[in-house]
Amino acid sequence: MIQVKNLEKHFGDNHVLKNISIKYRPGECSLIIGASGSGKTVLLKSLVGLHEPDSGEIWYDKVKFSSLSFNEKKNIRKEIGMLFQGSALFDFATVEENVRFPMDFFTEWSESEKLERVNFCLNRVNLKNVNKLMPNELSGGMQKRVGIARAIALNPKYLFCDEPNSGLDPQTSILIDQLISEITKEYNITTVINTHDMNSVMEIGDRVGFIHKGELLWEGDKENVLTSDCEELNSFVFASRMAKKVKEMMG
Amino acid sequence: MKKSLEQLGQYFLLMKIVFTRPDKGRIFRKQFFIDTEKLVLNSIPIIAVISVFIGAVIVIQTAYNIESPLIPKMYVGYMARESLVLEFCSTMVALILAGKVGSNISSEIGSMRISEQIDAMEMMGINSANYLILPKIASATIFNPLLMLMSFILGLLGGAMIISLTGVITLSQYSEGLQYAFRMYYIFYSMIKMAVFSFIITSISSYYGYYADGGSLGVGRSSTKAIVASSVAILLANLVITQLMLN
Ligand SMILES: Nc1ncnc2c1ncn2[C@@H]1O[C@H](COP(=O)(O)OP(=O)(O)O)[C@@H](O)[C@H]1O
Ligand SMILES: [Mg+2]
Repeated sequence: MIQVKNLEKHFGDNHVLKNISIKYRPGECSLIIGASGSGKTVLLKSLVGLHEPDSGEIWYDKVKFSSLSFNEKKNIRKEIGMLFQGSALFDFATVEENVRFPMDFFTEWSESEKLERVNFCLNRVNLKNVNKLMPNELSGGMQKRVGIARAIALNPKYLFCDEPNSGLDPQTSILIDQLISEITKEYNITTVINTHDMNSVMEIGDRVGFIHKGELLWEGDKENVLTSDCEELNSFVFASRMAKKVKEMMG
Repeated sequence: MKKSLEQLGQYFLLMKIVFTRPDKGRIFRKQFFIDTEKLVLNSIPIIAVISVFIGAVIVIQTAYNIESPLIPKMYVGYMARESLVLEFCSTMVALILAGKVGSNISSEIGSMRISEQIDAMEMMGINSANYLILPKIASATIFNPLLMLMSFILGLLGGAMIISLTGVITLSQYSEGLQYAFRMYYIFYSMIKMAVFSFIITSISSYYGYYADGGSLGVGRSSTKAIVASSVAILLANLVITQLMLN
């Protein structure tokens, strides 16, 4: 479980995160939804320590992550996997080396053990015969899969995904969403996903938090997203003409 | 002014993170060999070509400028040797490397920054600055002094080549000049300069790449800044080292 208490973050005069408190549970896909620029990425990166929050606390189970040093954070980070918005695959390395990267740094496994784990992870994201390809030889969807394979390389307890669907067609998006959701359930991972895609919310959102201009305005499960009386959430959810029509039909 | 001081502080803070013990020796050695190839070995062709030509040009310029019959012809060789060893093979070669290697490093690290590859490493708990930058600084600082030696020898050979082609002086006059008042210390001085310049180039361009922002335009900008800043730093360091070592 991850617990966030009163998180604040400024960039200069820009107040990006305003008093965020929220909990994320294992075995669930918790979604952070909100418009572009609302602070989703900054929140996610603050959770894993890529941004230093101005104040507030972040707890990973019994460990207060926010007050650890870089070296002390390492132990928690080995249990965190992260999928970045643009996949962030290392472009100097093959697919296999990308997935093996965290193993090279943090395990004493033999070459054959590493290879076995690499193949297991690639297999898990439905990729075969791509070991020796370079990232720029893969489609966007395949890059996301490799990103997920790398994120789960060390069997993480926590998984963070920043807009896993960005740049993908609707069908591939759903496959990636389902993959993340399956892995979350299968290994009982605490998963936090940033998205502005309402399809994802309906598909895999076990818990949903709506963030608007840095404020967590609404929290609930996906069924209630459509019927909330939060004005900002409604204008986010029913932004498109199609969505408005659906709402009218629902009455 | 305030911004430059801030940047200088940020640079030194980054160097503090760079100069820590690598997480895994084996990984560091692998990167060290990759960077030696990329930064040092791959610079050999351009340095070789330039050195041969500059050596040749220095020889004919000096030969045509010595008009007085009172000055012995062997001075051509002496002058060529001194200009090559004192300035060209270290300072000029370093300025060329600042353009070639500097832009290479800053754009490589910069594009890793903007595509979140550096975030991905940091998030895993890897000291990305140490992993990416230390092998570059180490390989260039250790091996580039050998490039200086190579440039020196090729420059002298370029001189010999133009002499046999044009016959401005004889080869034996040239070789007499090369040996005249020869000081090993100058070669040592020049190699030290090259080591310092290589440190400057690799660390400054890594710094600009590491803190690149603003998309691919930003990477281009940081690459330009890296070249300008390393060139200025090389010229300043040249003054300081020369004052210290030749005084
Ligand atoms: N590294 C940074 N430096 C300064 N401002 C930033 C930085 N990262 C994000 N911001 C600002 O924080 C706000 C939220 O951005 P972000 O979290 O990326 O939004 P999104 O919800 O689209 O992911 C934006 O106003 C953005 O300009
Ligand atoms: Mg974002």
